[in-house]
Amino acid sequence: MAIIEMSGIKRHYQVGEVLVRAIRGLELSVESGEFVSVMGPSGSGKSTLMNILGCLDKPTEGSYVLDGIDTRAAGPDEFADIRNQKIGFVFQGFNLLARTSALENVELPLFYRREGGPGRGGRGRKGEQLERARKALEEVGLGGRLDHKPSQLSGGQQQRVAIARAMVADPAFILADEPTGNLDSEMTLEVMSLFQELNERGKTIVMVTHEPEVAAYTKRVVTMRDGAIVSDRPVAERRRAAEDLRAWQAEHASLSGVKDEARAS
Amino acid sequence: MTAAKLVTLSARSIFRNKMRSLLTSLGIIIGVCSVIVMVAVGQGSQEQVKRQIAAMGTNLIMVMPPRGPQQGNRLTTADVKKIREESSYISAVSGVSRGSVTVVGGEGAGEEANWSTTFYGVEPDYLLIKQWEVASGEFFADKDNAARSKVAVLGTTVAAKLFGSEDPVGQRLRIGSQPFTVVGVLASKGSSAMGDDQDDVVMVPLDTAINRLSRGRYMGSIEMSAVKEEYMDAAQAEITTILREAHRLAEGATADFDVMNQSQIIETASATSKTLTTLLAAIAGVSLVVGGIGIMNIMLVSVTERTREIGIRMSVGARRRDILLQFLSESVILSLLGGVAGILLALAIAAALDKLAGVPALVQPGVIAVSAAFAAAVGIFFGFYPARKAADLYPIDALRYE
Repeated sequence: MAIIEMSGIKRHYQVGEVLVRAIRGLELSVESGEFVSVMGPSGSGKSTLMNILGCLDKPTEGSYVLDGIDTRAAGPDEFADIRNQKIGFVFQGFNLLARTSALENVELPLFYRREGGPGRGGRGRKGEQLERARKALEEVGLGGRLDHKPSQLSGGQQQRVAIARAMVADPAFILADEPTGNLDSEMTLEVMSLFQELNERGKTIVMVTHEPEVAAYTKRVVTMRDGAIVSDRPVAERRRAAEDLRAWQAEHASLSGVKDEARAS
Repeated sequence: MTAAKLVTLSARSIFRNKMRSLLTSLGIIIGVCSVIVMVAVGQGSQEQVKRQIAAMGTNLIMVMPPRGPQQGNRLTTADVKKIREESSYISAVSGVSRGSVTVVGGEGAGEEANWSTTFYGVEPDYLLIKQWEVASGEFFADKDNAARSKVAVLGTTVAAKLFGSEDPVGQRLRIGSQPFTVVGVLASKGSSAMGDDQDDVVMVPLDTAINRLSRGRYMGSIEMSAVKEEYMDAAQAEITTILREAHRLAEGATADFDVMNQSQIIETASATSKTLTTLLAAIAGVSLVVGGIGIMNIMLVSVTERTREIGIRMSVGARRRDILLQFLSESVILSLLGGVAGILLALAIAAALDKLAGVPALVQPGVIAVSAAFAAAVGIFFGFYPARKAADLYPIDALRYE
């Protein structure tokens, strides 16, 4: 089943006198269970595509059907509900609420959940929501850090909280924007192995990145240039992030003591 | 979002910035507090005036010479007599003739004292009307009035000035140039609504006063008590008819007297303090508005500061309305908390004024309710613009905001 069905997508901006054509006609289809990376240099339109995919922005032209919903007719409130129910966001800068516990951060999408259609207040029971948030955090391996604030967590851990937040409402797909951009090699491997694990369990993931080595962990690479897709092919030699992580850790075993000390101070 | 969720959310962010929240609501605290205290002081003194006028007597009706530049005073003892004989709603009536006088006394003690005071020429009923009592000796009787006896009953102030600690009953004194005998001393009544000493008085029989002290045919006023409170209007109407007849006034002619009852006197007296109360409350209300502007200011800063948070909330599915309500409820809770703190502070200040400083302050529940509602209204009014600003943010821009 197709989760994402885009056809004839164009997005133009008026910047002063100049008309910027960020996306000039784009077709993209993503099936359920896929793990897609979108690559391309700055200015290729991948951020714009990401905004449109995430229902944060509307295309100037074209149709975007998300999990059977035609987004052309949707207004701001419907967009908010789609983001809430269909999309799980993971950002480069983590975008967690500061001074708020990991558990509460993960609970946030459930907070805005509207069961029984738009316009009705979320009726999810508080206890049930907390339970779901706790489970999501356990799934990303942070079951022991429920009450930690983002400032008390490492970058990799913060990103895992963000991933837990993205999954908690059981969305149609996870949309990740440069999720490893702010992470070091070890944390990058941690996060990518988590993504792979989630994907194996059936989650559809679309990830924007400009690092080919990160894209190598996905199943399909879409490359953009000048607002159009220039290549779209499966990953030939798919790497396993969990294995790479083990290898990396073995190699840096002698250094890890030093690193832990540095982290602790 | 449910109301409970909203309150939790807003309370969390308010308590996250305790110092700032306190400073923000300080404007509301001071505003609400000053409104309540001002109104309390105003109403307290109003209430005091009312109490004191009520203490002037029960079901009091007064007939006075007309106010304004009309024909002069024509109230006579004949009027009093006619009222006493013909009225069915009046239980006690007394003519009152008063004036300033110098009293001299204390010869018995060897030391003469002078005192300027007010004499009241009254009839025995006057004590009933005023609910006044004689502390020692006795009040003069109707026969003293008829005989124009030179007897006097002293207020405690005059008694103290002339006779010190000695018992004045049976002593002699001079009122003006005439010698009088003291037959009684009145119980103390304290100061009046207007602040004058009600015990600074010498009472003599009405006819004695008219013939020997004021030397005029006419009296200052006629005071009386109606039988029952519900007959006040009927009594007033009746008195008017009797007096018009007595003064032979043609139909439609302007009356040469004014009939007023207690509540009319109270109204006249409290009109001034009511105006003052309103004025004070209005000035205090301005500070409440200034407090509201303070809230708006901080909420605007807060919206800018939390742009990223707003973006995050929008990205996980918050609708514009959710964001609007979040910020709106924050400012409402902030101003409500300020309002509650202001109310408590005002209650403390009012109690302190009442108990320690002797300023009468009366905090009425209505004032508390109104100022709490006003504080909430200020929160909504001044919180709306910042909340709208937050809700109108574009999710992409809010997420990218550094």
